[in-house]
Amino acid sequence: MATQNKSKIFSNAREALSDFKSGMSLMSGGFGLCGIPENCIDALTEMDVKDLTVISNNIGNSGRGLVKILVQHKIKKAFCSYVGGNPDLEKQMFAKEIDVELVPQGTFSERIRASGMGIRGFFTPTGAGTLVAEGKEERMFDRPCILEMPLHADFAIIKAQKADPYGNVWFKETARNFSPLMAMAAKVTVVEVEEFVELGDIPPEDVHLAGIFVQRIFKGKNYKNDIEFLKVKED
Amino acid sequence: MTWSKEQMADKVISLFENHSTVNLGIGLPTLIAERIPEDLEIMIHSENGVLGVKGRPHKDHVSPTLINAGKETIAIGKGSSFFDSALSFGMIRGGHLDYCVLGGMEVDVQGNLANWMIPGKKVTGMGGAMDLVHGAKTIIVMMTHFNKASQPKLLEKCRLPLTGLHVVDIVVTDMGIFSIEEGRYKIKELAQGIQKDDLGLGNNLVREP
Repeated sequence: MATQNKSKIFSNAREALSDFKSGMSLMSGGFGLCGIPENCIDALTEMDVKDLTVISNNIGNSGRGLVKILVQHKIKKAFCSYVGGNPDLEKQMFAKEIDVELVPQGTFSERIRASGMGIRGFFTPTGAGTLVAEGKEERMFDRPCILEMPLHADFAIIKAQKADPYGNVWFKETARNFSPLMAMAAKVTVVEVEEFVELGDIPPEDVHLAGIFVQRIFKGKNYKNDIEFLKVKED
Repeated sequence: MTWSKEQMADKVISLFENHSTVNLGIGLPTLIAERIPEDLEIMIHSENGVLGVKGRPHKDHVSPTLINAGKETIAIGKGSSFFDSALSFGMIRGGHLDYCVLGGMEVDVQGNLANWMIPGKKVTGMGGAMDLVHGAKTIIVMMTHFNKASQPKLLEKCRLPLTGLHVVDIVVTDMGIFSIEEGRYKIKELAQGIQKDDLGLGNNLVREP
């Protein structure tokens, strides 16, 4: 029984998110629509949760991804770096229906990484002398720098190509982006995968995210893997 | 005659030294990736986590998980690598890139850049731009010379919220190439037929050679 209790394997998104509640903070991986946790987001659209703090680079795009829960007014506060191509978010921002903190993308990544790595704060030149610096401690190094603090979350939902039962994860191409960082920064990390593999199937050298950072895994289904802007070589 | 977008891209490419690593911003600069000549070995970095971008993919090789920071499908060349966003921005912030090319709304003679919001009108967010301007050894802004209201985008002082302070080295517009030196614009090159008076710059803003 003990080993069964410790199993990280869940059957679907609803089961893996059963204790996710209103008022919680949520990190969601993906860059635009690339590498987003589609099954978990769909589950959230059906769950009775609200007043969420969502930390995600784009909060969805073009009506897809996290926009699905944004338009249900489940998000109270959002941390993101880019809202271009997300008219639903821009609309809620201007209507003051949502509190959005725009964070420079490198600072966004590092704040999440710092959280998972036990770093209590760091100085960066990014944003010094701009609106981003307002209210932050400034210190002069080779150039002016500002103090940035870690970003934590109750849950992280991420999508990967492969995971094994321990939670070792392998990402495909540029789908990695923020996901391994978020996995390190959340109390509970839920990984949904296209392929669930046996222990040892991912060679140790190729593990992108070690299983220690993963609490729950399930094999997802019906992936759309939408392309936002299809560009091909003309010949 | 002003330069076309393609000519602007080629002018930017002419500034690159061989074997350098370059980040291309969203918008106009993405055009550069498709126009790098065969004999120039340039590693293109995209901040969503890839080094080695090689323009657009063939239609049979499109992958939804292989994109650039503009969320466009891409191809990659031999020697490419993938990494997470923190490492990607470490490459930027750590000063490991040779050039970064960004779009712009306004630039001024202090090398300040504004390109992420128009208060009350438009908020796109800064994305990676605020990090990028502090990362590369040379920061190049590629933008049209005039905005839609026919006002020059090269100014004495930026009016829009800044992306970075004292960061821009070179500006390539559809009218010419300008470097920012000692608080003035130095004209490096003008498009054929463009005169100094066409630039909309006060005389005090232009540094004579």
